[in-house]
Amino acid sequence: MNKPVRRIAIFCGLLVLALMMRDNWIQFVQAEELKTHENNRRVLIARYSQPRGNIIVDGQTVTGSKETDNTDFKYKRTYKNGEMWAPVTGYASQVYGANQLEKLDDPVLTGDDDRLFFNRTVDMITGKGKKGGDVITTLNAKAQEAAFKGLGNKRGAVAALDPRTGKILALASTPSYDPSRIAGSDDEKAWKELTSDKNQPMLNRALKQTYPPGSTFKVVTAAAALQNGLYKDVDAKTDSPLPWTLPDTRVQLQNEGNIPCKEASLRVALQYSCNTVFGKVSADLGNKKMIEQAEKFGFNNPKLDTPVRAAESVYPKDNRPQNAMAGIGQASNRATPLQMAMVAAAVANNGKLMEPYMVDKLRAPNLNVIETHQPKQLSQPLSSDNAQKLQSIMETVVEKGTGTNAQIDGVTVGGKTGTAQHGVDNSGNPYAWFISYAKGKDGSPVAVAVVIEGSETTRDDIAGGRLAAPVAKGVMEAVLSTEK
Amino acid sequence: MSSSTTNTTTISTAGPPSRRNTELALLAFSVLIPCFAYANVGLALDGEMPSGMLGYGLGLGLLAGVGHVVVRKFARYADPLLLPLATLLNGIGLVIIWRLDQAPRLMAKKFFHPSAPNQLLFSALGIALFVAVLIFLKDHRILQRYTYISMVVALILLVAPMFFPAKFGARIWITIPGLGSLQPGEFAKIILAIFFAGYLMVKRDALALASRRFMGLYLPRGRDLGPILVVWAVSILILVFETDLGTSLLFFGMFVVMLYVATERTSWIVFGLLMSAGGAVFVNTFEPHVQQRVDAWLHPFDAFKDGSSDQIAQALMAFGSGGVFGTGWGQGHSDLIGFAANSDFILATVGEELGLAGVMAILLIYGLIVERGLRTALAARDPFGKLLACGLSAAFGIQVFVVAGGVMGLIPLTGMTMPFMAQGGSSVLANWALVAILVKISDTARRPAPAPAPSPDAEMTQVVRP
Repeated sequence: MNKPVRRIAIFCGLLVLALMMRDNWIQFVQAEELKTHENNRRVLIARYSQPRGNIIVDGQTVTGSKETDNTDFKYKRTYKNGEMWAPVTGYASQVYGANQLEKLDDPVLTGDDDRLFFNRTVDMITGKGKKGGDVITTLNAKAQEAAFKGLGNKRGAVAALDPRTGKILALASTPSYDPSRIAGSDDEKAWKELTSDKNQPMLNRALKQTYPPGSTFKVVTAAAALQNGLYKDVDAKTDSPLPWTLPDTRVQLQNEGNIPCKEASLRVALQYSCNTVFGKVSADLGNKKMIEQAEKFGFNNPKLDTPVRAAESVYPKDNRPQNAMAGIGQASNRATPLQMAMVAAAVANNGKLMEPYMVDKLRAPNLNVIETHQPKQLSQPLSSDNAQKLQSIMETVVEKGTGTNAQIDGVTVGGKTGTAQHGVDNSGNPYAWFISYAKGKDGSPVAVAVVIEGSETTRDDIAGGRLAAPVAKGVMEAVLSTEK
Repeated sequence: MSSSTTNTTTISTAGPPSRRNTELALLAFSVLIPCFAYANVGLALDGEMPSGMLGYGLGLGLLAGVGHVVVRKFARYADPLLLPLATLLNGIGLVIIWRLDQAPRLMAKKFFHPSAPNQLLFSALGIALFVAVLIFLKDHRILQRYTYISMVVALILLVAPMFFPAKFGARIWITIPGLGSLQPGEFAKIILAIFFAGYLMVKRDALALASRRFMGLYLPRGRDLGPILVVWAVSILILVFETDLGTSLLFFGMFVVMLYVATERTSWIVFGLLMSAGGAVFVNTFEPHVQQRVDAWLHPFDAFKDGSSDQIAQALMAFGSGGVFGTGWGQGHSDLIGFAANSDFILATVGEELGLAGVMAILLIYGLIVERGLRTALAARDPFGKLLACGLSAAFGIQVFVVAGGVMGLIPLTGMTMPFMAQGGSSVLANWALVAILVKISDTARRPAPAPAPSPDAEMTQVVRP
């Protein structure tokens, strides 16, 4: 009976060997895959076992970390003035993940970034826990506050840039939400509330929402007219009959009210916001040239990263009448507030468009800077000469046109109002737009775009000047007060 | 039979060393290692030495000491490895269970109560049972007398859980009011081994020789095959009615192994495989519980999509997160597996906190116990002891394979416990009894042959005084 016993012994040995091989397979070969599996809660447990690094504005942190009594997640994210900063920070939730800067710079904030390797190693040797690095933004706290307070309880968004560098100074969106509400592990109710709210508080309107830009787009059309040599002098009469019929149709393009648009110069046409003049400019230049000019300002770019990716602003390929309508910011023309701020910034910066960005530096926990963003020129939509011509007529708009509400004592301000119709047969409440820039001695420190949705008050073209311009003014004043 | 006296190098009239001091030295390690582990868990979890350290160390030391003294007295020539290995596993198991008791995620559960105190009590009872078997079982051959009684008792034990409500989808418990619940399958394992050994010892020649050749295989006669088919049917019935895949697999495997050893006919292995394959296909077709297990085995991570039990996936992630060296005692999160973390899935905690290295060590310890048991079978001088030792060791090995293989996703999960380590009173008691019987058989096997009786011829050369 010993032979079979020996064979059984070999069999049992093989059973144990099979277990050992399987163990090597899952604990050595597959270990990394299992360790980082999306359903492996240990990843989240480790992530929230130490405070996250902070997002910093003007040297002050707008985020924080709070110790919780949760068994799995020791720390949760807190936000200072969360509603105001939500469009910048995004959220970091223990349950719902993260978005925007919280997500894009997650490796630095959690301390997992490879560039923090040295720090981690030192911390490990000295027995300190892992620490996250900080994200230092380009934002201007006062400008952001002015933007957020200016929007108040209206739905809308503000994007403000430093035209000289492309630094994003303000990025407000209302109604907003406090990311602290969904940071914890038992915030399902708040999450459902926020995601099902028809006002979409979690939508970052400044970057992620496109609107018809309305009359503010006339700045782009005017730039196209100048750049293509259609009109050289902004004060010369244009070839603009009134009434003017849309090409290939019998539809007459209307102006808002009885304004002097017949043969009006570009300056007068922009001052009064003449649809007929700019519609005809767009028609005369044709769809291709209009697209070219719009693209130089940043339209039709699906990969505009700040580093948060902005939605694509679109100047469409279209037939002649639609192209004429697009030239006055209607039809299928769509733009984000950031895009329109870029238009104003390019004009203010004498034609140079800088790439917008909002993360200035990434900083290790020991305060060593691991990455600095260098300003970069995106394109040159205008010659310097034409830019100055355009500045001159935009300044007229604020001086004595539709944008007088944006005047600031002792400061040169250029701007353009807009009221964009939308909805089927323009049934929706129009969007009130205002884009502007303020000029100091050495260039313009701020360009801003404001959009306010669904203002019931008025449907005429003055709405942009009345509703949006004061908000823009507040933002510009805030930036000017912190300059030097 | 004649082969049983060859190759038994441990048996000689020269009087082999009893190896009791080897056992004592190994036992010291088996007590020290869990003590260090206990201190390590305490330091990792609370930053200080656990308050029960002294009590735990003394308790385990005392239990091991009592075991050793009794072996020294009542099984002087026993295998020196079995007791230390079992003590080590039991001690490590206690530390892991205590460690899981501290897991806040489990503590937050509604019906949480710490398992370690109970487990310590059962470990003490288990060693008491070990001691009792050594003292009162004078010779393992006495068990041979109870062959058919064993069969009846085993069947009663197996059938009993059908009259009690199912827990966690398997009907394998009997509940005694006031005392708690008992898993009779664990005890049935030993008692069935006694029955098989007794039955096969008597029938082995009939089974091996009185057969017809058919397609190259030896087919036994119906009257010899009958009881085998009955056992096969019973094991499938247990599976069907109690939804207990593991136990039926274990019994059937044990039976095939013992049959093969008794008859030395390979054809039994072929029959066994054919019958178990047939049974498995049949059950997989008709039993939804088993189908679920198979699905969970094939696609463990689907649990996160369809909301079924994610235990396998959690266990796999625990193993993966442990990697080669593990997170260290007390620093893993294997309690994510849920309620079975300290019983069926206890190996996953080893995997996460001690890593590949730790699991390999634990598997080696189990392998050593099995191989020492089979070594005992080789050395045993009587066919009953040989069969019994072989059956018990193989059953132990199959159980380890089925549980560990299930937890690691090698085979479908069947819901048995890791012997000695897992939380569960029945399991600890039964396995200590199993080791006690192996110790007893090894004692008989290694005991030096009695000195030869004085030869009558010798007297002829006596000097006759004038």
